[in-house]
Amino acid sequence: MAFEGLTEKLQSAFKKLTGKGKLNEKDVKEAMREVKLALLEADVNFIVVKNLIKKITERAVGSEIMESLTPGQQVIKIVNEELTALMGGSHSKVVMASKPPTVLMLVGLQGAGKTTHAGKLANYFRKQGKNPLLVACDIYRPAAIKQLQVVGEKVNTPVFERGQSDPVQIAREALNYAIEHHNDIVLMDTAGRLHIDEELMNELKTIKAEIKPHEILLIVDAMTGQDAVNAAKSFNEQLGIDGLILTKLDGDTRGGAALSAKAVTGKPIKFAGIGEKLDDLEVFHPDRMANRILGMGDVLTIIEKAQANLDLKKAQEMEKKLRTQTFTLDDYLEQLEQVKNMGSMQDILSMIPGMNSKKLSGIQLDEKQIPRTQAIIQSMTPKERTNPSIINASRRKRIAAGSGTRIQDVNQLLKSYEELKRMMKQMTDMTKGKGRKGKFKLPFM
Amino acid sequence: MVMQQKDRKGFFSRLKEGLSKTRSNITSRVDELVKYYSEIDDEFFEELEEALIIADVGTQTTEDIMRDIRQRVKNEKIGDVSRIKGLLKEKAVSILEDGVHNLTLPSPTVILVVGVNGVGKTTTIGKLAGRYKKEGKKVLIAAADTFRAAAGEQLEIWSKRAEVPIVLHGEGADPAAVVFDAIQSAKSRNTDILLCDTAGRLHNKKNLMNELRKINRVIEREFPEAHKEVLLVIDAATGQNAITQAFLFKETVGVTGIALTKLDGTAKGGVVLAVKAQLGIPIYFVGVGEQVDDLQPFNAGEFADALFDS
Repeated sequence: MAFEGLTEKLQSAFKKLTGKGKLNEKDVKEAMREVKLALLEADVNFIVVKNLIKKITERAVGSEIMESLTPGQQVIKIVNEELTALMGGSHSKVVMASKPPTVLMLVGLQGAGKTTHAGKLANYFRKQGKNPLLVACDIYRPAAIKQLQVVGEKVNTPVFERGQSDPVQIAREALNYAIEHHNDIVLMDTAGRLHIDEELMNELKTIKAEIKPHEILLIVDAMTGQDAVNAAKSFNEQLGIDGLILTKLDGDTRGGAALSAKAVTGKPIKFAGIGEKLDDLEVFHPDRMANRILGMGDVLTIIEKAQANLDLKKAQEMEKKLRTQTFTLDDYLEQLEQVKNMGSMQDILSMIPGMNSKKLSGIQLDEKQIPRTQAIIQSMTPKERTNPSIINASRRKRIAAGSGTRIQDVNQLLKSYEELKRMMKQMTDMTKGKGRKGKFKLPFM
Repeated sequence: MVMQQKDRKGFFSRLKEGLSKTRSNITSRVDELVKYYSEIDDEFFEELEEALIIADVGTQTTEDIMRDIRQRVKNEKIGDVSRIKGLLKEKAVSILEDGVHNLTLPSPTVILVVGVNGVGKTTTIGKLAGRYKKEGKKVLIAAADTFRAAAGEQLEIWSKRAEVPIVLHGEGADPAAVVFDAIQSAKSRNTDILLCDTAGRLHNKKNLMNELRKINRVIEREFPEAHKEVLLVIDAATGQNAITQAFLFKETVGVTGIALTKLDGTAKGGVVLAVKAQLGIPIYFVGVGEQVDDLQPFNAGEFADALFDS
């Protein structure tokens, strides 16, 4: 959902362009002003915006555009390319050390989300079969160690702590501990600090010199404004960071910090935090993000989500059932379960191309619809589920009472189930060759 | 102005004398010069605009302010560059000072502290507790952030530092229940100021905002005699998203004031100018450090000065 404001604005800026056959310099200039304002509103750093606009304008007024048949499209393509390049080209992973443990140090300003993301990273690596260790080097903030311990427990990862003692010493001991206990990844949570706090920055430098972490990751709040570049630049200059983690991207921030951070540090954004749960961590894909900014949708993420959450074998079974017309309400229930695993409908919809926030804002998606439907089906007897035609008025009343819904809801569900069945029948008929007139094509295929 | 006109005349005549070519040639040069001057003006205004943008004031509020300044410069025929900067500060101060609160609170008062994740709500509560305690007030803290790991422990440490009592339930408890208990406790202790910490929540999460609404309802129902303040905590480094944050929190629980934290960094927190201009929410406090005393009443003049000093 992040960036939707920018998408909206860019779309309106380009609307003027896409209607035109040929562009002149004035057209481009005007559109670029809109782009500039949109980027600034999105908290993209001022200097970054200036450079970006200059680059885009140069390319746009060049022959590339003037001779193109669809100049508007061409401009969008250029903006897209420049945005992607700005955010770091293709995505980059955390490099594992040839000799474990791989040591990652998390640094950043106060409240960016270091401790939470230490936990998320531990969870992420554990899922990959690694054996991480969390290290509590934040000895300043009240209860920071306790927080890391609670988080560590939730993700089933040990936490190394030595109370409020010297963080450099803690880091050193933790490294030995990790080697002894065969932890192949060490995640060091450090105290939040201002980049202009010399004393605390020196502490980080000492830790770095002492334990030589393989990567230093800067945690950046996606809601940060113009100052994001100052902090990122300063951390990079003083410590030499290897990458960034962008947090709180599940807010409605337009997230210009993402664009700016890479530009000023030259370091890639490796992960994005997208929620409060410890699973809510994504590998950051700059190209997809640029597509999203331009309102081109994020089809790749949908496909990946589907692949991760939908069971292929079950899908094949389902297909067979649909073809042979033996699709029951039980199967419908299972289908719903799988869709639910993919995340919130609002999130998924926002990734579909052409689905910009304007269209979405009109629709209040009812996230409870799926659980409600599930409750209705679950209130049916097995017999009713396989043969819905036996559901008469008194059965409907019972089902509605059992699921805490209204009879209309039950009717609605039965009706849409019948419709689905009818549609499936038409589709299978068509593929059998009965409907020769033009191939049936789903809008998303 | 009279002096200037004289100068310009002299300059023109010198130009005429120096260039004994065709008339058209001269006028084109003059045009160029006039253009040059107006460009300096534009450049100067653009510089001011940049200062506002860099301070996170945002494009809309910046445009509004600049329109106002340009108009005044034109109407009052102001030519002195340094005066224009002064005007800009004046304008910022007038936006910020309008309707500001004197911060004296009647007894009893409930202060509900809200905001997105990581802005410094718990720390602000700790500092507020210390501040009011010092003023001789009876303070009670309600630890209604029952979501974030160890938030309660963090607040407990602050309550010990400030030597004020705290109402604390376990992690995962119903925050509205914590507030309910705290209100009962505040009544029986004759507390002057009840400070309610809440979990950080992104303003676009409907369920979490509803939870906040519930807490607010409990306060209104159980403690109607108390004066209520809702303090929105904003991190000075936050960009334009702060406007949406303020808007949605205001809609949900009726924010009455802002605490701007982490102003000791390089971020200027200019977005509160936009929040004030567009939503009318005044700034009560600024946080400038990690110590108990590092929370100060907001001073519009100082803030405006810092905004335009780069």
